[in-house]
Amino acid sequence: MAIEVTVNGEQHQVQADGDTPLLWVLRDELRLTGTKYACGIAQCGACTVHVNGQPRRSCVLPVRLVEGARVTTIEGLSGPQAEAVQDAWREIDVPQCGYCQSGQIMSAVALLAQAGEVDDAAIDAGMVGNICRCATYVRIRQAIKNAAAELEV
Amino acid sequence: MIHGTLGPEDLVIRSPGPSRRDFVKAAGAGLIVGTFLPGFARIGRAANAVPLDDAGQPIFEPNAFVRIAPDDTVTVVIKHIEFGQGPYTGLSTLVAEELDADWSQMRAEAAPADVEKYANTLFGIQGTGGSTAMANSYEQMRRAGAVARAMLVAAAAQEWTVPTGEIEVEAGVVRHAGSGREARFGELAQIAATLPVPEEVSLKDPADFRLIGTAVPKLDTTEKTTGEAIFTIDQYRDGMLTVLVARPPRFGATVGSVDDSVTRRVPGVVDVQTIPQGVAVYARDTWSAFKGRDALRVNWDDSGAERRSSGELLESYRAAVSSPGAEAASRGDVAAALAGAATTLEAVYEFPFLAHAPMETLDAVAVRGENGVDVWMGSQLQTIDQAVIAEVLGTEPSQVRIHTQLAGGSFGRRAQGGGDFARETAEALARVEPDTPIKLIWTREDDIRGGRYRPMTVHRLRGGLDAGGGIVGWEQTIATQSIFAGTPFASMVQDGIDPSSVEGAADMPYSISNFGLSLHTMEAGVPILWWRSVGHTHTAYAVETFIDELLEAGGKDPVEGRLALLSGAPREAGVLRAVAQLADWGRTPPDGRARGVAVHKSFESYVAEVAEVSRGEGGLPKVHHVWCAVDCGVPVNPNIITAQMESGIGFGLGAVLYDEITLEDGGTVRERNFDRYRSIRINEMPEVEVQVIESSEAPTGVGEPGVPPIGPAVANAWRRLTGEAVRRLPFTARGGAEGGDA
Repeated sequence: MAIEVTVNGEQHQVQADGDTPLLWVLRDELRLTGTKYACGIAQCGACTVHVNGQPRRSCVLPVRLVEGARVTTIEGLSGPQAEAVQDAWREIDVPQCGYCQSGQIMSAVALLAQAGEVDDAAIDAGMVGNICRCATYVRIRQAIKNAAAELEV
Repeated sequence: MIHGTLGPEDLVIRSPGPSRRDFVKAAGAGLIVGTFLPGFARIGRAANAVPLDDAGQPIFEPNAFVRIAPDDTVTVVIKHIEFGQGPYTGLSTLVAEELDADWSQMRAEAAPADVEKYANTLFGIQGTGGSTAMANSYEQMRRAGAVARAMLVAAAAQEWTVPTGEIEVEAGVVRHAGSGREARFGELAQIAATLPVPEEVSLKDPADFRLIGTAVPKLDTTEKTTGEAIFTIDQYRDGMLTVLVARPPRFGATVGSVDDSVTRRVPGVVDVQTIPQGVAVYARDTWSAFKGRDALRVNWDDSGAERRSSGELLESYRAAVSSPGAEAASRGDVAAALAGAATTLEAVYEFPFLAHAPMETLDAVAVRGENGVDVWMGSQLQTIDQAVIAEVLGTEPSQVRIHTQLAGGSFGRRAQGGGDFARETAEALARVEPDTPIKLIWTREDDIRGGRYRPMTVHRLRGGLDAGGGIVGWEQTIATQSIFAGTPFASMVQDGIDPSSVEGAADMPYSISNFGLSLHTMEAGVPILWWRSVGHTHTAYAVETFIDELLEAGGKDPVEGRLALLSGAPREAGVLRAVAQLADWGRTPPDGRARGVAVHKSFESYVAEVAEVSRGEGGLPKVHHVWCAVDCGVPVNPNIITAQMESGIGFGLGAVLYDEITLEDGGTVRERNFDRYRSIRINEMPEVEVQVIESSEAPTGVGEPGVPPIGPAVANAWRRLTGEAVRRLPFTARGGAEGGDA
């Protein structure tokens, strides 16, 4: 069936079964490959995208449920939070293998876009769903704090 | 797995049987020779033909590792796969150093599979592992840079008609002070490309290093923060079919019969084929392949399958260590020493199977055509993968072009001595028409249940103290499967001892005059593999927790007691002193917390760690802080070294606390995904402080050595806090009876 999705501000008509996870539509149909597959059961966060600004695991999100919604992937990320996060990531060389980092960044940007203080507890709560097997967590935490400080200046 | 035609003679081209330890020793002793520097221009190209870039401009390629373009970029061809440990940056640093390049002009790209040019000089084949990337490249890559520099200088001398000796190079600019002339590399590239390659070049005195020893920014960071980095899974080709393979639920089982009638009706599914590894479903897109595979009905032939459970295997391993095995190391008279000891301690340690679970599962994109085979994959042993694919497809290895991709982690998983995954890819490729590309993907369930685990291992230790608390005897027996047996690396197994089963124990650094270590090599049908730090994953835990208990029984401080036994091991002692100072070891930890220490050498790098823990949730330690000191010789990039220590600590801690692959009754794997095969998460990650020791020794690896000490450091802290010696891993698996003291 034809499904209409809006991704990174662009409307697309895709031919897909409505139950197809958004992840595979993004990757196989739209060739937006920054969003990654790693578990398929919403356990690791590598597939995190924003749906109407909220972080969602695209590997378990049927594409029919995002009709009419605004989907943002790492490729379409913009705005002050995104810039601060990506700059902070680069500044202290957060990535190692890099595979999970799109998802980490999507979660971090969503965290910073929320109101409220970005302390250790908030970082734990906002980032606990994102696994990094390289365990870059020390730097993820630091980069989020640096980005938060940058945004306050 | 049986790989009949693939023997060591075929693959290990330049290593007629030195042990793995010999390889690493060679690195540590600075015996690496920089002779592997093939002239790129002489291979596969007419001697005087100058390569051109896309715009038709000449490119300067003085050797197989360096390419200087008219736009002034210096591209370093990296023979080691980049999956997070930093070879793109580290090896480029070595070239840039000797070339006197500016860091901003440096680029890195993966080398093609070509053992003649890109062999790991410690392996004899092209491959990455054993934390050898820096150790085997240190002189080779510096030499590659020095050659390029000499040719740029010669080009300038010719162009400006001045003596080479008057020319200086700094930060990417070639200068002649006397005439005031200067040029950037790109401007000289065309002339340099026509000059002869010098036979001899001299390397810098380390005192003159400008880049080595500094934290230059990593070359692959930016693309890994924007989603632009391309991994194997991100490769798409027109007309490509996605392939998922249904594999047997028990190790060693095979396909009995297949009912694919439902699968073939799934929209998007185009074919189903039985291959030696299982049943391959070919589909136009990934989701159709998932659905198609789910709809398969396969009867598996379990006649050759391993049906024992983890519990049954453990029982047989425990029985094995109750008597001595094949002798791996011996000095003095340990039986007499233990018999005469004032106090003896005994402990049995049990280590589970572990999956590597890299974030990117195994995957490959492949196509075959008239001109050979192209494979895009995160190949870690390119020469083996190339040979296996060629064998399956009936072609020559030189006709198999492996395009090594950035990979989403490995931790050992992508380095397969038998090339299993490359073989499966080739079998799947053999069943489509030529020029039809396929993408073979393992799902996470395939990955967790797919074997090639860190082997289950049991250690039995007995130690004796004299009346004064001195350690007089140490007897250790290990039961585990051999990782090297049955692979092209089998020649490393000598006199019944697989060195990877006993590394870190047979050569433990403490001076104990009566010492014996023996090995039972167990047979099990579970496919195993090296897992980040290999044998050290269990030997460091057993040795460093048992020594801690002996020291305590003898009334000794964990740090002072170890130092007293490390008189013959100055670098272990060095990192131990450093970490004690960094952690302020003498300071009493806050209420409710305790600290533990461990020191361990692996892959010729020395790491000591101190962990501070409290009682966390679920009867588990909460690890608050880890201090780490590392001596890996010349610290080429302290930032990457620090990152690798953080990584090793997190990776090792997650495994020790949570991870276990369990064979259920009948031999099926219980864990399927990250829900039951836990990974450490951000809220469980301790703060980490790392001190990198300054050294002038040849550089050694950092990808693995951060892992071994974290388990015992945490266990030692936990024992001090609670009195409980944890000897059954992971911490989550211990029962009341198993966790008790001996």
